[in-house]
Amino acid sequence: MNTNHISCDVAVVGAGPAGLAAAAAAKKQGAGRVLVIERDPSPGGILLQCIHPGFGLSYFKEELTGPEYAHRFARAAKEAGVEFLTDATVLEIGDKRLRVLGPACGLLEIEAGAIVLAMGCRERTRGNIRTPGTRPAGVYTAGAGQRLVNRQNLMIGKKIVILGSGDIGMIMARRLTLQGAKVEAVVELLPYLAGLTRNRVQCLDDFNIPLLLSHTVTEIRGHQRVEAVKIAQVDGKRQPVPGTERVIECDTLLLSVGLIPENELTRAAGIAIDPVTSGPSVNQYMQTSLPSVFACGNVVHVNDLVDNVSRESEQAGRSAALFAAGKLPKATEIACKPGSGIRYVVPQRIALSGEDAELTLYFRVTAPGGASELSAAQSGKVLTSRKVRRVSPGEMEHLNLKNSALAEGNLTVSIAAEEGK
Amino acid sequence: MEKTIICTVCPQGCRIKVAGEGKNITSVTGFSCPRGETYARQEFVCPMRILTGSVRTENAAEVLLPVRSADRVPRDLIPECMKLLRSVKVTPPVKVRDVVVKNILGTRVDIVASAELN
Repeated sequence: MNTNHISCDVAVVGAGPAGLAAAAAAKKQGAGRVLVIERDPSPGGILLQCIHPGFGLSYFKEELTGPEYAHRFARAAKEAGVEFLTDATVLEIGDKRLRVLGPACGLLEIEAGAIVLAMGCRERTRGNIRTPGTRPAGVYTAGAGQRLVNRQNLMIGKKIVILGSGDIGMIMARRLTLQGAKVEAVVELLPYLAGLTRNRVQCLDDFNIPLLLSHTVTEIRGHQRVEAVKIAQVDGKRQPVPGTERVIECDTLLLSVGLIPENELTRAAGIAIDPVTSGPSVNQYMQTSLPSVFACGNVVHVNDLVDNVSRESEQAGRSAALFAAGKLPKATEIACKPGSGIRYVVPQRIALSGEDAELTLYFRVTAPGGASELSAAQSGKVLTSRKVRRVSPGEMEHLNLKNSALAEGNLTVSIAAEEGK
Repeated sequence: MEKTIICTVCPQGCRIKVAGEGKNITSVTGFSCPRGETYARQEFVCPMRILTGSVRTENAAEVLLPVRSADRVPRDLIPECMKLLRSVKVTPPVKVRDVVVKNILGTRVDIVASAELN
C-alpha cells in the first residue's frame, strides 16, 4: 500500500464539540492550514444524538439542543476555513506527525506544526463494573441506547431499568418514557445523584420515575433476552445489604455508570496521564507533556457541560496555533494539586508566564456538601477563593486567578465547610 | 397546598416552597434571586418545558430528523405532542429552525428542525 504525505499547521483529532471549537480558534489565531480528522462521515460527534435541550445556556445564553449546538460550531469552523478529513481514523500520533487510515484517503502520513487531541470519551460497560448474572441480549450502555433510539429509529425495549444516575441515564429515562416504554427505576450505587439536579427534576420527577439511591443491580436474569434484574440496597462500603434484595421484571438494562477518556493514542505516544482523570496532564495552554501535542474536552477530563468544553478547547486551539508559529511562551512550570476535599484539578500544571490574563482552574469535590469556601493557595497564602452555597461531585467547580499572582511552589486547591452552616 | 420546587435556573438548586391553590399563590419562600421566584411561580401554576423529539424522514441519508419546540410548551401536553410527531414525515432539504409542525396543539409554539437534512 502506498503512503500519501500531506502537511498542515494544526491537526485536530476528532470533530466533536472539542475538536470543532479548537479548530476554529486555531484558524482565528492565525494558523495557516487547520485539518480536522474525524472517523464518522460528518462532524458533530456525540452531540448529534443528544437531541435534548440544555446546551449553550452559558456559551450562547440560550437553550439549544445538541444538534443545534454542533451545527453552530461546525458552521463556524467551516466559515473560518477549517478543512475536514472525514471517514478517517487516526492510527498513531507522535511529535508533529500523525498516521491516518481511511477508505478514501488510504494510508496517510500527516506532518503538523501542532496536534490537538479531541477524541472525547467512551462509556463504562457491564464488564467494567462486573455485574453478576447471565449474559442475555438487552443490556446496553446509555449512549449506545441513545444512538439507536435518537438516530437510527430503533426502540431498545419496553420495560427498562437504568443503573446509574449519570446525566445520560436520566436523559434516556425521559426519552424512553416519551417513546412509550416504561422505566421501572433508576438505580444509583452512591447515596447522592451522579448527574445534574436539573436532569433529576426534568427527566425523573416530571415522569414519576423512582430514583433509588444507595442501591445496585446484583444480578441480571434471562437467557435469550433480559427477563429481570435483582436489586439490593448497599451499605456505606457499597456492599449489598442481605434481606433488601428484590426482583424487578424488565426486558432491558441500561447502564449509565460513567465515562472514560479515550486515550489509546495519547498513551501510545508516551504522553503523561493523570491517574485520577485518566486524561493527559495539561498546563493552562492545554499542552500535554509532549510540547507539540495539546488536548481538550472529555479526552482530558469528563465534563458535565459542553459550554465548558468549548471554552477550554478554544484555549487549546489558540495555544496550538501559537506553538506552530513558534510563539507560545515557555516558562518554568509549577504543579497544581488537589488538596482537602478535592478529587482532581485541571490544569495539572501551570507555566509561570507572568501573563496578566486570567486562568481558570476546573475541579471536582470528593463529596456533596453545604455552604463552603473554595480556595487556591500557595505556601499557605490564599491567592483566590469563592463561597458557594452547596457542592456536588456531579457538578464541576472553578476558580479564576491571574498568572502574575503566582510564585514558585505547588498551587493547592481545597474546600472548607463554612462553620455554623 | 404547599409544594417544594427544586429550582433549575442555575446549579445552586434552591429548594423553593410555594403555597397556594391553582393559580392563586399565597407565599413563595426559599428563593435567592428574582429568576428563581419567577421559575417557582410558573412551576407551581403550570410547568413549562422545551419539547424535543425526532420525526421520520423520506429520501434522506438519515432516518430521523431531530426536532424541538421553538419555545416552552406546557409540560402536561408533551405526551400528546409526541403522539402527533409520530405521524409526521419530512423530506429534504430542511434547514435548522425550519418549521416542521406549526402551532402544535394550539399552543402557538412551532415544532422546528434541530438539524439540517440534505
